[in-house]
Amino acid sequence: MAEKVRISVNVNGVQHEHEVEPRQLLVYYLRETLGLTGTHVGCDTSQCGACTVNVDGKAVKSCTMFAVQADGSRVTTIEGLAKDGNYHPVQEGFWEKHGLQCGFCTPGMIMAAVDLLNKNPNPSEGEIRHALEGNLCRCTGYQNIVLAIQYAAAKLRGEPVTGAVADD
Amino acid sequence: MADVTKMVGKAIKRREDPKLIQGRGTFLDDIKLPGMLHAAVVRSPYAHARIKRIDVSRALAYPGVVAVFTGEDMMDINPMPAAWQAGGVKSNAVTPRALAVGKVTHVGDGVALVVAEDRYTARDAVDLVEVEYEPLPAVVDARKATEPGAPLLHEVAPNNICMEWECGSKEKADAAIAGAEVVVKEEIINQRLIPTPMETRGCVARYDVATGEFTLWMTSQAPHVHRLLLTAFVFGIPETKLRCIAPNVGGGFGQKIFCYADYAFTMWAARKLGRPVKYVEDRSENYKASTHGRDHVTEVEIAGTRDGKVTGLRVKTWANLGGYFSTIAGGIPTTLYGRITTGVYKIPAAHVKVWGVYTNTAMVDAYRGAGRPEASYLIERMMDRFAAEIGMDPAEVRRRNFIQPQDFPYDNGLGMLPYDSGNYEPALNKALQMVDYENFRKEQAEARKQGRYLGLGISSYVEICGVAPSAWIGAVGQGWGAGLFESANVRVHLTGKVVVTTGSLPHGQGVETTFAQIVADELGVPYEDVTIEWGDTLAAPFGYGTYGSRSLAVGGTAVHKSVQKIKEKAKIIAAHMLEAAPEDMVFENGKAYVKGSPDKAKTLAEVALQASLAYSLPSGVEPFLDETTYYDPPNCTFPFGTHIAIVEVDTDTGKVDLKRYVAVDDVGNIINPLIVEGQLHGGIAQGVAQALYEHGYYDEDGELRSSNLLEYAVPTAAMLPRYELGHTVTPSPVNPMGVKGAGEAGTIASAQAVMNAVIDALSPFGIKHLQMPATPEKVWRAIQNSRQMGQAAD
Amino acid sequence: MYTAEFTYHRAKSLSEALQMLQQNPEAKLLAGGHSLIPAMKLRLATPPALIDISRVPELKGIRREGNTLVIGAATTYYEIETSDLIRQTIPALPEAIEQIGDPMVRNKGTIGGSLAHADPAADLPAVVLALDARLKIQGPSGAKVVDVDSFFQGMFTTAVGQDEILTEIHIPLSSASPSAHAPTQAVRMAYEKFPHPASRYAVAGVAVVIGVSGVRAAFTGAGEHAMRLSKLEQALSGKPLDPQTVEAACQNLVDPAQLMGDHNHSAEYRAHLIDVLAKRALLRLV
Repeated sequence: MAEKVRISVNVNGVQHEHEVEPRQLLVYYLRETLGLTGTHVGCDTSQCGACTVNVDGKAVKSCTMFAVQADGSRVTTIEGLAKDGNYHPVQEGFWEKHGLQCGFCTPGMIMAAVDLLNKNPNPSEGEIRHALEGNLCRCTGYQNIVLAIQYAAAKLRGEPVTGAVADD
Repeated sequence: MADVTKMVGKAIKRREDPKLIQGRGTFLDDIKLPGMLHAAVVRSPYAHARIKRIDVSRALAYPGVVAVFTGEDMMDINPMPAAWQAGGVKSNAVTPRALAVGKVTHVGDGVALVVAEDRYTARDAVDLVEVEYEPLPAVVDARKATEPGAPLLHEVAPNNICMEWECGSKEKADAAIAGAEVVVKEEIINQRLIPTPMETRGCVARYDVATGEFTLWMTSQAPHVHRLLLTAFVFGIPETKLRCIAPNVGGGFGQKIFCYADYAFTMWAARKLGRPVKYVEDRSENYKASTHGRDHVTEVEIAGTRDGKVTGLRVKTWANLGGYFSTIAGGIPTTLYGRITTGVYKIPAAHVKVWGVYTNTAMVDAYRGAGRPEASYLIERMMDRFAAEIGMDPAEVRRRNFIQPQDFPYDNGLGMLPYDSGNYEPALNKALQMVDYENFRKEQAEARKQGRYLGLGISSYVEICGVAPSAWIGAVGQGWGAGLFESANVRVHLTGKVVVTTGSLPHGQGVETTFAQIVADELGVPYEDVTIEWGDTLAAPFGYGTYGSRSLAVGGTAVHKSVQKIKEKAKIIAAHMLEAAPEDMVFENGKAYVKGSPDKAKTLAEVALQASLAYSLPSGVEPFLDETTYYDPPNCTFPFGTHIAIVEVDTDTGKVDLKRYVAVDDVGNIINPLIVEGQLHGGIAQGVAQALYEHGYYDEDGELRSSNLLEYAVPTAAMLPRYELGHTVTPSPVNPMGVKGAGEAGTIASAQAVMNAVIDALSPFGIKHLQMPATPEKVWRAIQNSRQMGQAAD
Repeated sequence: MYTAEFTYHRAKSLSEALQMLQQNPEAKLLAGGHSLIPAMKLRLATPPALIDISRVPELKGIRREGNTLVIGAATTYYEIETSDLIRQTIPALPEAIEQIGDPMVRNKGTIGGSLAHADPAADLPAVVLALDARLKIQGPSGAKVVDVDSFFQGMFTTAVGQDEILTEIHIPLSSASPSAHAPTQAVRMAYEKFPHPASRYAVAGVAVVIGVSGVRAAFTGAGEHAMRLSKLEQALSGKPLDPQTVEAACQNLVDPAQLMGDHNHSAEYRAHLIDVLAKRALLRLV
């Protein structure tokens, strides 16, 4: 076995120190070492984005990064997104707008959406769809995900939002 | 009746969501048991080969490896069962064993199992198992596999034909076609798709050496069925020796219905090793070894008159089954396809012949829509071909052939149960109005003058939902070897809280919310006081699970029926409490009261308390409010509608831009519009994906070229349109809520809407048909060919 | 999904990275990892050692040196996309980069990683070919600067030796002139891409730069590696750049026999796409 490497990572505000195998992917460090199973694995080619987390302020695919690369980093996972019992506006948007069905892609989708709104607080529908190219959803057909992100964007800008309503 | 809670019909947000949006769901791979081992599979790189020798010694010696097994080790368990051998199927269903023995029949066929302390080690050791193969010639095309000289997969199935099936009247169809004014013939390929739930399949098996009992956590759409098949058929042990649990399931789309080899080998290894074993497939393994969908080659002829009446339909379909027979593979291209090929039209003469064929590919079984998308695509493509042939507007041709409202219940002559209810023309008209059809045709003509190619495609569809009636589906001639009812238990606890346990297995459909809405309204209790449970064979009454758009129409009706029984019992107990006669009691808005005296009432909570304390109950009445229903509907339900797609084709690159997508669906009464819309969106996306992007492609050597998500084009948000939805409502007379089902409608309706639009756009080039998916190169080549043959409009 | 074992070495400086390469001659360099790690997960790559250069300060940063834009090899796509300096000097470069992968890939992937990996379907190789870039490569015996035309040598093969590291990408700004889409002095470039529907790599991609001395163009996605479109450059040489000239020039630019094809996109189709994309890229600039 290859020599283990000591890493120190802040995950959701908690500092962790572990000896990890170099080949352990960040996603398995989060899931298996830390027990944070909200971050999912949906593919083996870095396409699906179900494993998206935030590392040092940016969304990354935690299946395309070794845990050793996160040494010294701050990581936020889906479990760390809500603050003081309040959902992040993106989480709220997904609930209000029926932006999820089976919920498997949802954590990654939400983390990618948070990244988008950090970079672009007022994205157009086209920009939202473009920004989701690294996240696959097989259930929703994406329309309600777009609505969810628009809801969150409006809320983050301090604009009024409308909750769950049917389209027609 | 004055409603108090009025939850039914409201677009309320889902109660499933809070844990899922916080990453607090429990999916299969989240399960971790003490002492748990990890399994990985050695899979065949060959499509067809004899296994000459397997040497596991190097793998066994690898540190961390606990055991390595081959198929020979597992001969004490039976192959997987074939649960749906449709009528006329010959008894030569060859199902997979836990691991292949003697030979492999597709790339990805499991050959050996490595069990190790962790998943990395298991994967390392897979490469250390040495397998010597003798490669054999392969065949991947169903029609070619039946031709003389084709490689033979299984001795028991000459010409690779597993099943031969027909419906309708050959004599009538032959006569109609022979004597027709117009006959249009086409070869239609419904390409192979890979279902791709975002969560791959997997399981964790635990064996209790003390009791001989298994527990199997699994990515399952139907845990009760899995329990039955794995115990009674595969292991030959009492059904009670296995508990199946489906945790959160990350999408299924049919792929998680079936009984797979991996459930068997994981259980077998857990028993052998006395430790829990987990197996979770990689995406690439999911693509190579879990079931695929569709894959039909069809020769079709449609006959009619010059004034637009369709008079006959003759269909020959070679349905690809893959290397083995999957659990319900036999039912898909037969009962759920052949019997509905005439769609929404009154076609007096039709005949469908189907061959189910083994090929050197992954098994094919139900994928969202399962047979009905293939049927709907076939008839709707041919209606357009027919309309073009006689020079009639495709909307008008449809109108002239619709089954009329007064024709219901309608027998289509193909051995289908009668269509329950329908009114097809208003849905078509509404969709045409939503796209502004007249105006579009003008715009299209203008655009063509500028060298822009717009197209509009119509798809009027009917589908079979609430797939159930045991007397039909289980009968000889249909071949599902069991009933297909659904169960529900409803209990009102001492505290007045209502607990519903369903045999359905929601995995994204929002059933937890929908069922709670129904129960809250029916019992007149707060929605928050209703809890829905499912997914554990230890806790839920026997049920058949979630597929075939049956959760609401069948499972929901079972809930509804149990609630009615609760109300009846509540009236009896309340009458006793109020010293009134039970026959004078009314149950409304959460109270049982004496007819005419609404203030002489007992609330459900008061009745439940009385029933639970049980010291004063009417004689002969059992304590507790607890009722179970096994609901077996008299018929399926038949949702319908019209979808319209508008595309523009870039003739330089062949790329199709889907500009608008309008869908008018009639799914009967709607419990939660938000959820119905979500189901329709997702369904449409999968049909659009079939039309434009996805193809599970095997080359001639049997290599799966679309073997992962780098090659198989599951669409992203940027590749799909905005869906514009409309509804008509024609309640189903089949069940008391008048609901039909919505899980598959979108998929069943959409591929042909898009393809008809593509062909419409390309009609100036003389193009009459293209096989799916309409990839840019395919479209570009069709235009090039047309230009070379001088048929071009430009 | 599970990579083979390897040893991990994190370099703090360029010299340390070079030293580590000497000591681990079969090692692979790890920067963003977005080409390497996917290949390792499928066990198409099984390097015994990885040298992490993502924190080497000499490899970071974007700066202007006279008439040259210098981009450190470990600069991420995202940093390029959002660099004001690049937006001012080569506004089409962020636009091209926006078409790479997806936001997560761009947050982590690096320009040097993409170029040194030389995937035949990657976007950036065509872009740097059109931009007439120079590549600075550091080895045990010092640095060399290589013309982009001699950088790509084959499928996944470049002028970077096993004991060397690509450190900087130098893009000349001498051809910059005011253009319609950039009011100030900027390089006139356009990149047109036809993405694979699943991988989003280029089925074909064409980059063109209109400079003072003429047109430079290159394609990716269809050959063994990205290559110059010399036929197009010659056809346009000395001619006024108007739509008619462009239209006439963008015909049969590449012989399909030189290209790769697969079941979804044949060589013939890719050759046709190169014509279409070249035309579209040029028409955006003229």
